[in-house]
Amino acid sequence: MRDLPVLEMGQQPMIEAEGLRIGRNGERLLDLRYLALDGPGPTLIMGPNGAGKSLLLRCLHGLIAPDAGQVRQDGVPIGAESRARQGMVFQTPVLLRRSVAANLDYVLKRHRLTRARRRARIEALLAEGGLAGKGRQSARSLSGGEGQRLAILRALATEPDVLFLDEPTSALDPAATQDIEAMILRAARRGTRIVMVTHDIGQARRLGHDIVLMHQGRIAEHSLAHDFFDDPQSQAGRRFLAGSLVL
Amino acid sequence: MQDFAQEFTTAMTLILTGDSELWAIVLLSLQVSVMAVLIAAVIGMPLGAALAVARFPARRLVIVLLNALMGLPPVVVGLLVYLVLSRSGPLGVLQLLYTPTAMIVAQVVLVMPIIAALTRQTVETLDAEYAEQLRSLGVSRLASVPTLLWDGRIALATALLAGFGRAIAEVGAVIIVGGNINHVTRVMTTTIALETSKGNLALALALGVILIGMAISVTGLVSLLSLRQEGEAMRHA
Repeated sequence: MRDLPVLEMGQQPMIEAEGLRIGRNGERLLDLRYLALDGPGPTLIMGPNGAGKSLLLRCLHGLIAPDAGQVRQDGVPIGAESRARQGMVFQTPVLLRRSVAANLDYVLKRHRLTRARRRARIEALLAEGGLAGKGRQSARSLSGGEGQRLAILRALATEPDVLFLDEPTSALDPAATQDIEAMILRAARRGTRIVMVTHDIGQARRLGHDIVLMHQGRIAEHSLAHDFFDDPQSQAGRRFLAGSLVL
Repeated sequence: MQDFAQEFTTAMTLILTGDSELWAIVLLSLQVSVMAVLIAAVIGMPLGAALAVARFPARRLVIVLLNALMGLPPVVVGLLVYLVLSRSGPLGVLQLLYTPTAMIVAQVVLVMPIIAALTRQTVETLDAEYAEQLRSLGVSRLASVPTLLWDGRIALATALLAGFGRAIAEVGAVIIVGGNINHVTRVMTTTIALETSKGNLALALALGVILIGMAISVTGLVSLLSLRQEGEAMRHA
């Protein structure tokens, strides 16, 4: 837990989780003392299968209520209001059975933009995601990579402060992965705080500013990416990078 | 055999020459069944959707009951609606017995569980896929229902067609509450039953041909819709 940006006195981390606990049938799924996500990000959450990465992400986004503990955004406990300033992209994109443009319009309509502004925004988003000219196509006829790009565009449509991504490229080929990573980096440069779960160490190296390593529901290590990859501080970190950390 | 050929020829002539009695019966059948399906949809779709997304103690029991009601015997439904609408029944004052309205009521009772149960199934399956994503987009449980209904539109259209198929082909309920009165409550199925027993096979056959045509069209439409849905699912996979 070193080298992470030190906060000024009284400064709030953007996202803060404290004492999060989730258990099922006596089994500990998540047990986290404290996690502060500040600094520019992207934060990459890594760990073996079943380490609690996706669960943590869902807790941070407020999709799952923990048995105990609290998540705060800018010092305020998260709720429907903070979720409106966050977006989330899932491993398998959940696309509405409508056209590509209608998937984006669905979100924009909820934010009560005028028709003209919505149309302009949709065009801009489609261009950003390399989907220009595909607006009228059925969203579910897109390829895997295009579908995931649409899911990211939809999450970004309302310009959220934070974007959570749960292994968005795990089912994609290298070219599609590259497109998605470029999109994520562009969003980060525009000021969206990225928090992403990945299995792919190469991806974590390419994208990560800081790495959260999870093991058995706990945070084993939270370090800046170059420190983590050069010289992991935890036993779990060393074993993870050596490929011998399982469950 | 020659008789049959002759009856069949007469039947086809009735259809092709636009026999007014025949087509009046077809029209009444359509009016009754389409109206019944529309009313059943207005009740059954919200009910099915609510069952899909709401969580309450006896939910599973209600779902089992609803599924069981899909197999209601039409004759029994006819009997129950008859008892309710008969002069001494609770709704006797409305004097609806032996009117097309009574037939619509009976068909609504038959069709509503089918539409509600199929809607429940469709919405619940879709909800399992959409729930987290919609929540992430800030859509409340209640507000997600129109989204789920719209995105399940192909399956729901199939449910409506299934309901229509059941209504148009049903004879037991409408003959009891409609009374099979000439020019008033005589529909395709009840006419076929009556004319066959009278030995007037030409009219019965003509209506039979039209009814079969409708049944095949409905089934064809249903398979076309489900093929389209499968196609979308496959492209997505």
